Amino acid sequence: MTRIKNLADLHKIKEEVQSKNRLRSSLDYPEHLVQIKVGMATCGIASGAKETMKYLNDELEQQAIDAVVTKTGCLGYCYAEPTIEVTLPGKEPVVFGYVDKAKVVEIIDVYIKRGEQVEGIIPLNFQTIDD
Amino acid sequence: MNDNKKQLRIALRNCGFINPEIIDDYISRDGYMALGKCLTEHTPEETIKEIKDSGLRGRGGGGFPTGLKWEITRKSESDQKYVVCNADEGDPGAFMDRSILEGDPHSVIEAMAICGYCIGADKGLVYIRAEYPLAIERLQIALSQAREYGLLGENIFRSGFNFDIEIRFGAGAFVCGEETALIHSMEGLRGEPTFKPPFPSVSGYLGKPTNVNNVETFANIPAILNKGAAWFSSIGTEKSKGTKVFALAGKINNVGLIEVPMGTTLREVIYEIGGGIRDGKKFKSVQTGGPSGGCLTTDFLDTPIDYDNLIDAGSMMGSGGMIVMDEDDCMVAIAKFYLEFTLEESCGKCSPCRIGNKRLHEILDKITSGRGEFQDIERLQLLSQVIKDTSLCGLGQTSPNPVLSTIANFEDEYLAHVNEGKCPAGQCKALLKYEIIEDLCTGCTLCFRNCPVGAISGERRQPHYIDQSLCIKCGVCYEKCKFNAITLS
Repeated sequence: MTRIKNLADLHKIKEEVQSKNRLRSSLDYPEHLVQIKVGMATCGIASGAKETMKYLNDELEQQAIDAVVTKTGCLGYCYAEPTIEVTLPGKEPVVFGYVDKAKVVEIIDVYIKRGEQVEGIIPLNFQTIDD
Repeated sequence: MNDNKKQLRIALRNCGFINPEIIDDYISRDGYMALGKCLTEHTPEETIKEIKDSGLRGRGGGGFPTGLKWEITRKSESDQKYVVCNADEGDPGAFMDRSILEGDPHSVIEAMAICGYCIGADKGLVYIRAEYPLAIERLQIALSQAREYGLLGENIFRSGFNFDIEIRFGAGAFVCGEETALIHSMEGLRGEPTFKPPFPSVSGYLGKPTNVNNVETFANIPAILNKGAAWFSSIGTEKSKGTKVFALAGKINNVGLIEVPMGTTLREVIYEIGGGIRDGKKFKSVQTGGPSGGCLTTDFLDTPIDYDNLIDAGSMMGSGGMIVMDEDDCMVAIAKFYLEFTLEESCGKCSPCRIGNKRLHEILDKITSGRGEFQDIERLQLLSQVIKDTSLCGLGQTSPNPVLSTIANFEDEYLAHVNEGKCPAGQCKALLKYEIIEDLCTGCTLCFRNCPVGAISGERRQPHYIDQSLCIKCGVCYEKCKFNAITLS
């Protein structure tokens, strides 16, 4: 890694990551991908997020779906763990709760592949500092 | 403000959005911008003024103005100063700090470096309990990434400012969340508090000026500096600015972590964000402030939450644990539970806390086991006051709060225990009585065969009878009876 020496270096990294994320999520770009975040804080892991993430990775690979699966912290919905956030290209992120193996199958088949609604969406109930 | 969105995430702004193990993710959301700007464009005094103007108060529970603390530490003259992050989260049911460190460790690192710059320290220490292995792991990853980028280490942003952070592990003693005890623990001494003053900002770690802030306090700092003091102070109430993270737990539908602007009411938190009480039961009380706080009743549901209102209501903000209780919870037993906790966690240094809490616990135990007398309630109040007035540190000064607040708000329950020998919530086993209703009993012998202590007798096809002196109130007969012939009173 290179050293960050000034604010310009910091802005460069910020721009790089943001443009990479834009590429991934916009339908206009050829590199677009399904992005999935798995809540992997203690609450998620205790409810089985590790198994969910592994199963999700295996299934996506087997079905040859282009997706990036990353881990993230706690969104606060500890009662509904494991939770995953799915962002389909060109769409708003959607958070699903109680994601066990059966739910993973349903989300892949119905939401990711066919783009249809799946039960179990947690409505976002917070504002961010950028709102 | 959008009505369905009662929450506002400042301290939790990145939790659940970024990968906590990738520093670039944090940078993409303006991470380390605040540090960069401070070091290259602002003096420490300007930065401290910004924090002071924002009105940020310590989120660990005390509510001391953060900017003022930094200023005092800055003004203490010394060749060496320290920044300490208090991540010794110990309240039962609280997990705010853990979630921040697991979801967004860089925000704490960045804020500690800013604090170091402001007070003139080049060394930071995170005191974290060893029971948080994942938080420790992510913090370690974050520290090494920050060092590789040169955001920690020497000559950060070519400003000549040096800063690095070490992790110190705590063994999970509750009292070590108290800042003087925390410092002693880091020095390798027993985790016991000492009298303040001198405050750590004058003489702390190794006798040097030390600025101790909580995880959540630090997590707010970069956002304040990026968006400005005016923005932050526009949120919240007159004397409590910004937001507070709460860990919602207990008999509530949506157990989890929330962050609301100060001034949000308990009703909004419990019913709108928390989704109400589990199984459609009735709300009875909410405990805020952990073992040092108090239990609030329905009367306080519309109280806007802030530091001062909660103290006026007989509880406190604390670090943000919020445990909701329903009609099935016995308030005397709850008070006893918290006392059990403080009793176990008392360091034993001063006698009011060591002996006083033990005696309080004994009286509560006496009441919950049906041997209580009317005078016991008065004894509890008197002793509580003495412990509060004479204990050395915050642990003892606040440990009787659950007792006092439950007596103040639920005196009828205490009276029912001591006068009538009844537990209205049906929780105190010793006060329960299982009886067989003769008219309904068919003499099927099911209860007789299942009673583990042989307390039930009776002939087949004849009403059975429970010998109260033998009964251990296990409830097996009550569960087994197919004819609802057993009552609980």
